Amino acid sequence: MDFTDKTYKIKVGLAEMLKGGVIMDVINADQAKLAEQSGAAAVMALERVPSDIRADGGVARMSAPEIIEEIKKAVTIPVMAKCRIGHFVEAEILQALEVDFIDESEVLTPADYKYHVDKWKFKVPFVCGCRNLGEALRRIAEGAAMIRTKGEAGTGDVSEAVRHLREINRAIKTLTTMSDEELNGAAKEMSAPLSIVKVVAKLGKLPVPNFAAGGVATPADAALVMKLGAESVFVGSGIFKASNPEKRGRAIVTAVTQFSDPKALADCSRGLGEAMKGQPAAEIPDDKLLQIR
Amino acid sequence: MYERLKIGVLALQGDFERHLYQLTALGVSGREVRLSKDLLGLDGLIIPGGESTTMNNLIDRFSLRQELSAFVKHKAVWGTCAGMIMLATRIIDSTLEPMGAIDITVTRNGYGRQVFSFFTDLNLTLGDKNVIVPASFIRAPLVNKTGSAVVVLAKYDNHPILLSQGNCLVSSFHTELHSDKTLLKYFIDKFVLPAQALQPTNGK
Repeated sequence: MDFTDKTYKIKVGLAEMLKGGVIMDVINADQAKLAEQSGAAAVMALERVPSDIRADGGVARMSAPEIIEEIKKAVTIPVMAKCRIGHFVEAEILQALEVDFIDESEVLTPADYKYHVDKWKFKVPFVCGCRNLGEALRRIAEGAAMIRTKGEAGTGDVSEAVRHLREINRAIKTLTTMSDEELNGAAKEMSAPLSIVKVVAKLGKLPVPNFAAGGVATPADAALVMKLGAESVFVGSGIFKASNPEKRGRAIVTAVTQFSDPKALADCSRGLGEAMKGQPAAEIPDDKLLQIR
Repeated sequence: MYERLKIGVLALQGDFERHLYQLTALGVSGREVRLSKDLLGLDGLIIPGGESTTMNNLIDRFSLRQELSAFVKHKAVWGTCAGMIMLATRIIDSTLEPMGAIDITVTRNGYGRQVFSFFTDLNLTLGDKNVIVPASFIRAPLVNKTGSAVVVLAKYDNHPILLSQGNCLVSSFHTELHSDKTLLKYFIDKFVLPAQALQPTNGK
């Protein structure tokens, strides 16, 4: 674990470049092109969008290499791809395919219920999901260059992303008021390395960019998570499960840039057609939640 | 002297916050530029790193193209990475519309995808000073050709990486990620202040 490592700086550097942008889930080259045209700062390649994974069931895995290659050819913006939690071989394959970022994602079926990928071993940067500060710091200790909230993917219900963002903000604020003894205790409670806990207490923020994901379906949702301190937004099913993906994608990009301007948000929210139908996260039984993975 | 300066950072997408943080640390008043009205009264502008495709798209979406192009033709401007692409004259294999503030031809991601991104300490000669500057090249653009009016200030691996023409400075790499202010000070001293001195209306 060396945060002064040059490769690590380069990894976090790309995460910095993605700030203020929207990262859109795509399952093929056509969707990737449409995402790029609507102003996405990056695309995320995956086999099925989260709402389909939720509906269809079965094991969800990394995308096929030929799909990732087609997507890489179709766009000039960075291409991310998801691997299963702990599946370091999928991650090695994605690195060999030269994707720009790997999402070790709870949306796919975990390959290892005990260990996450050791992300220090890779040249490609990783993003990982979290529900609270402890999870975020453990992932950063494993080498993640970007953190995102888990939210509850595939629901179109933003409440879980909001809960996770607020939880992380609250926990960071608490750390900044703690004495050294208390920081020791907090590190122990969160099972996170004390060195990172101290850095967060000093900075008053995470040492890597913190993006929001999970349930964003409207421009207003995107602006909400930005207002709560997210530095960028991932949108999964919210775009391609809506009645007019092109318009909605474009509007969500506008909303992330103009999140502080309610009039601009009203303008970009007009005439978008139906949002994805979605499912309230509170109605999902605990054992069907993706975020607990 | 810096306290009276107003420098904008194009804040459509990318690492604009890092530049604003650096400006504030130097005592300059920084401003996010999202709409054309944000350009009014600025002494200089930084176009940050980020995704050039996204920035190009948003420049048109928020009707910034005309004012931005006019601004970069006669005021001090510094483009880093994607910002360099936006200020170039020609972009290889691309439909993006660069602003032509500096006569260079660039290839986007010319050094390759993220696995080929790299960090290095650069030895630069800026004016009469030799300095070492930490630099990240992240999916960086490659300069293929330079016009006769362009000054090449530094090269890496035989390719120009820091160049200027008139009021325009461009770099294919990032120093702001490492909180290094050498290039920012150079931009202010050699580009922003001289241009400001020429503007009588700013002499209040």
